[in-house]
Amino acid sequence: MLLIPCPWCGPRDEPEFKFAAEPALRPTSDVSDAVWADYLYLRTNEKGFHREVWSHAGGCGQFFLLERDTLTHTIHRALKPGEPS
Amino acid sequence: MKRLPGGGRIDRTRTLDFTWDGRKLSGFQGDTLASALLANRIRIVGRSFKYHRPRGLYGAWTEEPNGIVDLAWPDGRHDPNARSTLVPLEAGMAASGVNAWPNIRHDALGLIDLFHRFLPAGFYYKTFKSPSWETFESRIRQMAGLGTLRPDADLLHYDTRHAETDLLVVGAGPAGLAAARAATSAGLRVMLADDRAAWGGSLLWQPHDIDSAPATDWVAQTLAGLDGATLLPRTTVFGAYDHNAFGLLEQRRTAANSWAAERVWMVRAKHVVLATGAIERPLVFPGNDRPGVMSAAAVLQYLREYGVCAGHEVVVATNNDTAYATAVALAEAGAIVSLADARPDPGPVALTAQSHGVRVRPATIPVATGGHHGLRWVDLAPRSALGTPERVRADLLAISGGLSPAVHLHSQAGGKLRWDEPLAAFLPDAARPGQFFAGAITGTPSLAAALAQGHAAGAAAAHALGRTVTLAAPRTPDAVAPTPITPLWFVDVPDRRQWIDLQNDVTLKDVALAAQENYASVEHLKRYTTLGMANDQGKTSNVNGLAALAAFTGRAIADVGTTTFRPPFIPVSLGALAGLRHGKLFSPVRHLPSHADHLANGAVMREYGGWLRPACYQRIGETVADAITREAAAARASAGLFDGSSLGKIEVAGPDAAAFLNLMYYNEVANLKPGRIRYCLLLRETGVVYDDGVVARLAPDRYLLSPSSSHTAGVLAMLRAWHQTDFPHLKLAFHDTTAAWATYAVSGPRSRDILAKLTTDIDLSDDALPHMAFSEGRIEGLPGRIARVSFTGERSYELTIPAAHGPALWRHLLALGAADDVTLYGIESLSVLRAEKGFILIGTDTDGMTLPVDLGVTAPLRNKHLDFVGKRSLLTPDALRPDRRHFVGLLPEDPSFVPAVGSHARVDGRSHGWITSSCHSPALGRSIALGMIEAGRARLGETVEIFHLGHISRATLTAPCHLDPQGARLHG
Repeated sequence: MLLIPCPWCGPRDEPEFKFAAEPALRPTSDVSDAVWADYLYLRTNEKGFHREVWSHAGGCGQFFLLERDTLTHTIHRALKPGEPS
Repeated sequence: MKRLPGGGRIDRTRTLDFTWDGRKLSGFQGDTLASALLANRIRIVGRSFKYHRPRGLYGAWTEEPNGIVDLAWPDGRHDPNARSTLVPLEAGMAASGVNAWPNIRHDALGLIDLFHRFLPAGFYYKTFKSPSWETFESRIRQMAGLGTLRPDADLLHYDTRHAETDLLVVGAGPAGLAAARAATSAGLRVMLADDRAAWGGSLLWQPHDIDSAPATDWVAQTLAGLDGATLLPRTTVFGAYDHNAFGLLEQRRTAANSWAAERVWMVRAKHVVLATGAIERPLVFPGNDRPGVMSAAAVLQYLREYGVCAGHEVVVATNNDTAYATAVALAEAGAIVSLADARPDPGPVALTAQSHGVRVRPATIPVATGGHHGLRWVDLAPRSALGTPERVRADLLAISGGLSPAVHLHSQAGGKLRWDEPLAAFLPDAARPGQFFAGAITGTPSLAAALAQGHAAGAAAAHALGRTVTLAAPRTPDAVAPTPITPLWFVDVPDRRQWIDLQNDVTLKDVALAAQENYASVEHLKRYTTLGMANDQGKTSNVNGLAALAAFTGRAIADVGTTTFRPPFIPVSLGALAGLRHGKLFSPVRHLPSHADHLANGAVMREYGGWLRPACYQRIGETVADAITREAAAARASAGLFDGSSLGKIEVAGPDAAAFLNLMYYNEVANLKPGRIRYCLLLRETGVVYDDGVVARLAPDRYLLSPSSSHTAGVLAMLRAWHQTDFPHLKLAFHDTTAAWATYAVSGPRSRDILAKLTTDIDLSDDALPHMAFSEGRIEGLPGRIARVSFTGERSYELTIPAAHGPALWRHLLALGAADDVTLYGIESLSVLRAEKGFILIGTDTDGMTLPVDLGVTAPLRNKHLDFVGKRSLLTPDALRPDRRHFVGLLPEDPSFVPAVGSHARVDGRSHGWITSSCHSPALGRSIALGMIEAGRARLGETVEIFHLGHISRATLTAPCHLDPQGARLHG
């Protein structure tokens, strides 16, 4: 059970949060089928350092960027949207 | 074995009567069930799992592999797998042995042991595979397992607590107490957990002086000084998880308290001190499973804690110093003790033992045991001449193969272990963040070192939190340096029935076979032989097992490594893990404002998407099916009243609300006029239909969305996600007002007449309030809204008022409608009405593949030029395939036959799709169905074969709408 630092609420238990997505820019609708399929279905699923979008679904409801290590479970930092990374 | 006249921490003035296999016995307050059995000379406490061999107590605490019993408490509670060493004795307990018939002394299945050579590791995998495992399964399952569960409900109450602390100290032995003492003195918030009822750990049975006073005094003083600390006796830390999260099981049951008898704590600690001690491992030699062969450490605990001397003529066999304390204590208690030490030169401990009358035999090991129903003799042989043993009479063989530090929690938390060759033990390697070690877990046998380490750990935790410990560390006289251990992993004789795991009946022979069959990885060994599974979790069997594997595969122990320890350290009942989350609290349901009225009106309540709602209203003499038919018919004949309060009501407000919702919805919503309502689909980015519902525009900058009852939370989460992550520049806010309003639908040809009797300032004329429009105003003096939307296909009015006034309006509408024969109808009746109209039910008629085109809703894609969620996915080759399954109606050839949902629609034996909804239609007087059929819209009129579980019938494909396709009834 990870301890996740919500940028608004502070450190909270993992069950309060929901993983949302790997950060990705939404392609425009004129992209090829292949590019669109990548956006929909392909995940990098890194072993090690990883950037993920999480939401504090059971708390403030806000989405944020979480930098963490999927191998050691170390949490590096959590960033508010738009916060310089 | 006998109870000594004095000694132990038991209350000899309080006798507790209990039964064992029907025999009346007694023990004392302070006994465990195991110590009471031992005091009553009960030698056999169970039969082994696989070979049904008689087994006695080996251990005294969590490490006990054999003493699993069936236990009934006088208050009706029952545990088919009670661990006798951990259960405090209570008056009136009824205990009996398991895994034996007719009883554990005379077990018919004990014959299995004679065929042991045919039951090697992997026996089941190798034997019961022809013709198939299923052929044998039921008979094997009958023989397998320990104990029988009673079918009645669990009488125990459980609870869960969540806590956060500066420092969690696991283990209240000398090291843990020193850590808690130091940290508390610096002002830290400390939790101290120990699985025993009494504090002090090994100090309870090993007398020492600390700070120039008896250790028991020091323990009492230390506890008294732990200001504000949370003390958790009888609490086992069973799991260590990420970032110093821990699971604790607190046993709170006493004879007087059965409320929350077990409580699980989930603790998040800034720091943790693992002062978990060490567990003695057995020696492995032929016949080492005979009742009367016990852990030397356990024998000492029985003696000192419960005043029970486990034998009179005792052999102690060891390869290290720790068993000497047991030998001396037994000799002091009057037993005749000889000690076989595998080491050629045991050193100073031998002299002490000899001075207490213990006969010490250096370089000697046990090579065989004998005795029916318990130990009678031990063969001891010099290590240099195993073939010429001396037979020694003994009723107790106390063994010690060295100490295994209890590294479980460190390993569970992701910590690595390293093999320490001189100590012959796995020690925790680098500490995880916020983790400290103190005491025997570090491999030290020294009390002085344990106290110093504990104090240092508490001080380090304090330092990390910016505090300073000024208290002096507790001191104890330095002990004589121990003589190093000489590893003795097994005895190298042809007889390999040497038990490594007593509970799972894994012998040296099984490990040898696994190695021979190339199960060379320790993880494979574990799974192939079941070594270390169940209660053991590596407590006693782990190191001996992998040392044997190392020997048989010619590798070093460090290279073989160990299996990963996983939670839980001790068995935790499912009830304790569930806590209060069972029964009504397992998944709490929401009640409608008019819940009580529904019950009073005879509603059959069922759960729909988290809400308890009326399925229908059953009258005397009716079946549920009758009620559904009556209600659906009445709604078309006169009028029906329906509680739609659980329908979602999400308000979206802000200058960019229109632009945002237009991005979200498949349908155009920006051009919706205030006061108007539109039926819309909401898609996932994959194009799949996620939800349907009506969108009302309350004002130019304010919308009201009505998602399905069960999707409201999901729709809100989805909208929030899109807003925050992709469209944060749009200015708007969301508000879920579902629970604030009660909504009732009056539907049917006479609904207008009923509404006419209502006192309201809202103009109800069709010009002012046409279909798919709403007006706000006052209803019977209360602020509210009336909308013309219809889920039945009939003229309908949906009335919304503040939830608190819902029941009053409900009763009022019933009264107003009495003259017009208003009939209450529930969800199941509505489902019939909507099926007649061919209205989809998301998740019933659709699935995770359904696109809008499959439902025939193609206009928005053609006409809406702006982007929206899922748009691009509707333009892929797959979305444009002509043979996609379409939503169509099906009319069974036999009008009285209602085909099952899920029936396949076949042509020439191939499935072309399936039925998604079906019912008897009272309006049409026949059965109808809806379904998803390949290219269905192009095949209307075609006949298909309906196949379900071998039954075949026929149906004709039609348009989904079975009734009033022009929609005249909406205005009727």
